[in-house]
Amino acid sequence: MGPGQREFVLTDAAGAGSEVLQALTAARDESLGWANGGAVRSRRRLWLDTFDWRLYRAGLTLEQVTTGSHTELVLTGRDGAVVATERLPAGGKLSWPRLAAGLPAGPLQAALEPVTGLRALAPVARAVSKLAELHALNDDAKTIARLAVDRVSVTYPARAAMPARLTLVPVRGYQAQAEKVGRAIGDLPGVLGGRDSILEAVLAAAGGRPGEVPGKASGIQLSPGMPAARALSQLLSALLDAMEANVPGTLKDIDTEFLHDLRVAVRWTRSALKLCGNALPRGLASQYAPEFRWLGDLTTPTRDLDVFLLGYPAMAASLVGADADELIPFRDHLTRSRAAAYRRLVTGLRSARFARLRTNWRAALADVRAPRRPSVAQLADAKIIAAHRKVLMMGGRITPASPPESLHELRKRCKELRYLVEMFGTLHDPAQRWQAVRELKTLQDCLGEFQDTEVQRMEIRAFAAQMMEQRTAPAETLLAMGEIAARLAVTQATARAQFDGRFADFAGPASRRRIAALARTAAA
Amino acid sequence: MKIIATYNIKGGVGKTATAVNIGYLAARDGYRVLLWDLDPQGAASFLFRIKPRVKGGGKALIRGRRTLDDAIKGTDFDGLDLLPADFTYRNLDLVLDSAKQPAKRLASLLAPLRSEYDVVVLDCPPSISLLSESVLHAADLLLVPLIPTTLSVRTLDQLTEFVGGFNGHQPDILAFFSMLDRRKKLHAEIVRDLPAQRRDVATAAIPALSLIEQMSVQRAPVAAFAPRTAAARQYRELWREARERACLPAPQA
Repeated sequence: MGPGQREFVLTDAAGAGSEVLQALTAARDESLGWANGGAVRSRRRLWLDTFDWRLYRAGLTLEQVTTGSHTELVLTGRDGAVVATERLPAGGKLSWPRLAAGLPAGPLQAALEPVTGLRALAPVARAVSKLAELHALNDDAKTIARLAVDRVSVTYPARAAMPARLTLVPVRGYQAQAEKVGRAIGDLPGVLGGRDSILEAVLAAAGGRPGEVPGKASGIQLSPGMPAARALSQLLSALLDAMEANVPGTLKDIDTEFLHDLRVAVRWTRSALKLCGNALPRGLASQYAPEFRWLGDLTTPTRDLDVFLLGYPAMAASLVGADADELIPFRDHLTRSRAAAYRRLVTGLRSARFARLRTNWRAALADVRAPRRPSVAQLADAKIIAAHRKVLMMGGRITPASPPESLHELRKRCKELRYLVEMFGTLHDPAQRWQAVRELKTLQDCLGEFQDTEVQRMEIRAFAAQMMEQRTAPAETLLAMGEIAARLAVTQATARAQFDGRFADFAGPASRRRIAALARTAAA
Repeated sequence: MKIIATYNIKGGVGKTATAVNIGYLAARDGYRVLLWDLDPQGAASFLFRIKPRVKGGGKALIRGRRTLDDAIKGTDFDGLDLLPADFTYRNLDLVLDSAKQPAKRLASLLAPLRSEYDVVVLDCPPSISLLSESVLHAADLLLVPLIPTTLSVRTLDQLTEFVGGFNGHQPDILAFFSMLDRRKKLHAEIVRDLPAQRRDVATAAIPALSLIEQMSVQRAPVAAFAPRTAAARQYRELWREARERACLPAPQA
């Protein structure tokens, strides 16, 4: 929004825009006049954001405006000021969803890419605007402010009518006079100051709200005295919501993060069943654990290949001995393998087994009867302390001679501890929790690097064997892949060398005190 | 940011009409334009319905007590702003005389606006003075209206010679015929021959039409209120030549 710009909303009581003008004319001081600013313009408007509202959370709004045959993308900041625009060639169209990387290169793409990252931009709302403009004139018939009367009809996510919106924009150098006009408009009956952004207003009219991401288990507000089974059932329901929310995006293959988030929800569910299943009705955890394991396994091949493909540009750029072009058959192999894995994933997600799992699991969670004891705070304390103890014990046994598997096991225990801390996060002091997670994350990053590089090395070997068998691997490609495997081995060795220090920090007295304090705040 | 000045030592040759139309056409092409009405008579300010008044007067601007940014007014046309005239501009020579490096003062005052505007149009008062010298030093392109007479051509040569004597930055010069009356034999001959002989004379020629005088009644550029007329066509052609000469990128279709 420019300096001095003001927004208003016309309620039904104010009547049509022209009536407002008449009222203004009647109420005007003698030096103020109004003129029509030209014909009413019709605009098709489409608002875009990522599934997890990255733009909205960063205070940005991306709108695609089509007037006649001209289409423009406009990115605005929190104050409505234009950050960047991109005008599409006449008659040009962009299909959505798409990654920011797929937009025409320029200032708009440069502003969007760091914010949206791996997430695709997709429509979040659509509307048609009928825009009329009025000019406020001083006694010299000079325009001192422009008043846009915008009648918006929402067409997506639901059809809805909206009260007209007025935007008063002072002409530069006439802010003081425009302010008087603004006050006069604000004083008219039925005119309200507009506080919501246009996107917020559009979504509100359609019964929604920006920024809502379904099924964030760490956001479920728990109270310490809540029966553990009830708390678990709420957490697991939220995780099921998250899984279901990410299925359509995964099936449409909008971006890689739908599958990633689906897998996170599955992993949390599996950990909750494994670690806290005994607080649920007898047999429930053991009945569903194999099903969620099946679901997790179903998603793994595609995700592993996504990780490879996402890392491919950096991989190719890192080659020293080989040329980046020599790696192209490897990329093609990854792409083909991913397509095959994705087909299997889609079959699984569309299967009756998955549909049954969703329906039955939701019904089972709704059916959980919760005894008063243990409370969720008691459960959280006991599980966090036990998981922490397990990490300390397992990590303490690792020596330079330990096999890679021991670090892999420790990584799993660390993940479990992290899930517990985050799942029961609302029971804890936020500062203590943040610090505990930060320390744990430092250790996890090291273990993750160690294991991921190990897995990727093994996978590159397997890919090389497959490519040899399929006769799609020229010698230079295999050599380039060998260089990448060697680089991964170096990275892995570095991570292994860092492990002792990282673990010593995590197992230190300060970190232990932090976990103990978490338990105390939950119980308090 | 390109600085284009309409300049001629003589008055009443069409400098203001040119500045106003060129400014309008540049803004219509999508450039961000500032027109500075340096003439204390304030004709350009009047044409845009803006009061010819600057708080603190020209002295405050030249001495830097008030930034140009502060004094700028939006016109009724998108992308076109105006820095109004002020009657105290008649004393700008005296103020400049007491400033450091007076010939370069205008350029240094405009420098902070570099990121805000693509084109600055300076509408100069008719004179040879410290102010006009400062304008010549600041400008990238001088648009020089000429009445099609032999004497005018001589004046152009004198200006070219004067500018050629500058150390360092020298503005490019694009003269054009103004107040052309094709019924006059001399006008017709000069307009036919000179642009072909001289690179610094534009092919566009602004006719002497009452429509251009109508600008002061309509209080708008002729290119805005009568876009299909011969006068508007010639201003568009002049703007195209000026844009190319100033090496401004072509506007988006």
